[in-house]
Amino acid sequence: MSESSGKTGLSRPQVAWRAAQDLVDGSVVNLGIGIPEMVADFVPDDRQIIYHTENGVLGFGPRPAPEDEDPDLINAGKKPVSLLPGASFFHHADSFAMIRGGHLDYCILGAMQVSEDGNLANWSTGAPDAIPAVGGAMDLVAGVPNVFIITDHVTRKGQPKLMKACTYPLTAVGVVKRVFTDYGVFDVTEKGFRITEIAPGLTVSEVEAKTDAPLEISDHLKLIETPSNI
Amino acid sequence: MIDKICPSVEVAIAGIKEGATIMVGGFGEAGSPIELIHALIDKGVGDLTIINNNAGNGAVGLAALIGAGQVRKIVCSYPRSSNSKIFSELYRRGEIELELVPQGTLAERIRAGGAGIPAFYTPTSLGTPLAEGKEVREIKGRNYVLEYNLTADIALIRAEKADTLGNLTYNKAARNFGPIMAMAATTTIVQAREVVQAGEINPEVVVTPGLFVDQIIEITNPAIESQLINEGVSYP
Repeated sequence: MSESSGKTGLSRPQVAWRAAQDLVDGSVVNLGIGIPEMVADFVPDDRQIIYHTENGVLGFGPRPAPEDEDPDLINAGKKPVSLLPGASFFHHADSFAMIRGGHLDYCILGAMQVSEDGNLANWSTGAPDAIPAVGGAMDLVAGVPNVFIITDHVTRKGQPKLMKACTYPLTAVGVVKRVFTDYGVFDVTEKGFRITEIAPGLTVSEVEAKTDAPLEISDHLKLIETPSNI
Repeated sequence: MIDKICPSVEVAIAGIKEGATIMVGGFGEAGSPIELIHALIDKGVGDLTIINNNAGNGAVGLAALIGAGQVRKIVCSYPRSSNSKIFSELYRRGEIELELVPQGTLAERIRAGGAGIPAFYTPTSLGTPLAEGKEVREIKGRNYVLEYNLTADIALIRAEKADTLGNLTYNKAARNFGPIMAMAATTTIVQAREVVQAGEINPEVVVTPGLFVDQIIEITNPAIESQLINEGVSYP
């Protein structure tokens, strides 16, 4: 184990870069608030991705220069965005018709826990003094066909987040397709988590030790090679 | 003759009564009808049920209305705010009721309320704490949760342009809940940045048809919530 040598595995930008490689050209994608938003920075230049935000914009772009910000043009994280050619606006019921009706291709969200049967917990710890807040997460994972998760492999206290069963309140049952962590890439299959790619400097047994659920190891297990500038 | 234009915000909101259920447009500050909300604080009516996506920011607008003790219950999807403790402190003290609704279910419940649909089945929240106690039905091999519609006495909406018949356009992502809330309320009150004569908005670009709108007040330079918050303003 290499715990004494500090942080192991991929950095957060590297995890976002790795997730971006799996978005197919021409897709419509909803990125969750926080780390998932970073994915947009790493989509290969030869792919066109259209970004959807649940507050009613399709085809938005990066944060504009401060003088071009408009408080009426924000994303779901309530941050200013710009518009790309071909953008459109729509009201909330239409926005969630896009989501629930299966018209988006991917959503990428963060997680508190994911279970081996694809259950997701990402909205509440269930603590009695917590202010419950769910936003659009339950709708996204119920309606978007490809639900990808980006998360640290373990909590700040070192507890696993890839679980046999979630202990936090669920966001949805059986929806997660793939999980990208600082330790590797994990598909959710009928048999549970399958590790398909592993971060440099880690062994499978080290990953298993930090995972609550058993891991199936892909016959084609690959080492993740990230560009040197990320 | 139809005349929906009001001479002041006070006149526009004069009919709002104690105990009313009010849909308030906006997603965060985008589309928030801040002058109408502040007029509601000045009027002082209480025991309100508010339907909005959030529970306000800073100490202005919706957060200030909640802080003034005028709100008994809020129906929303995301009451947490990085820059306001007003809702969370009242909630922890048990002084405000919260009905937490997934955002898409909130939008569809409002849409259904305006469309004469009493309830609908949705896949959202199935198997989660937010589906507890709700009817679940299998349709074509998949389970769905029954959700009832939402209607309101009043909707407060911010639009970009209104004509004298109530036809509305919006500004960018400020559209959000405006069109569906205008449909779901008995009385819809709009603050518009510009009021024009009927015929001056191209019918092809009308977003909310005028029949959904009852009263209009022109607010040429609406306050910007984030600017007020940055300046440390608390209302009143």
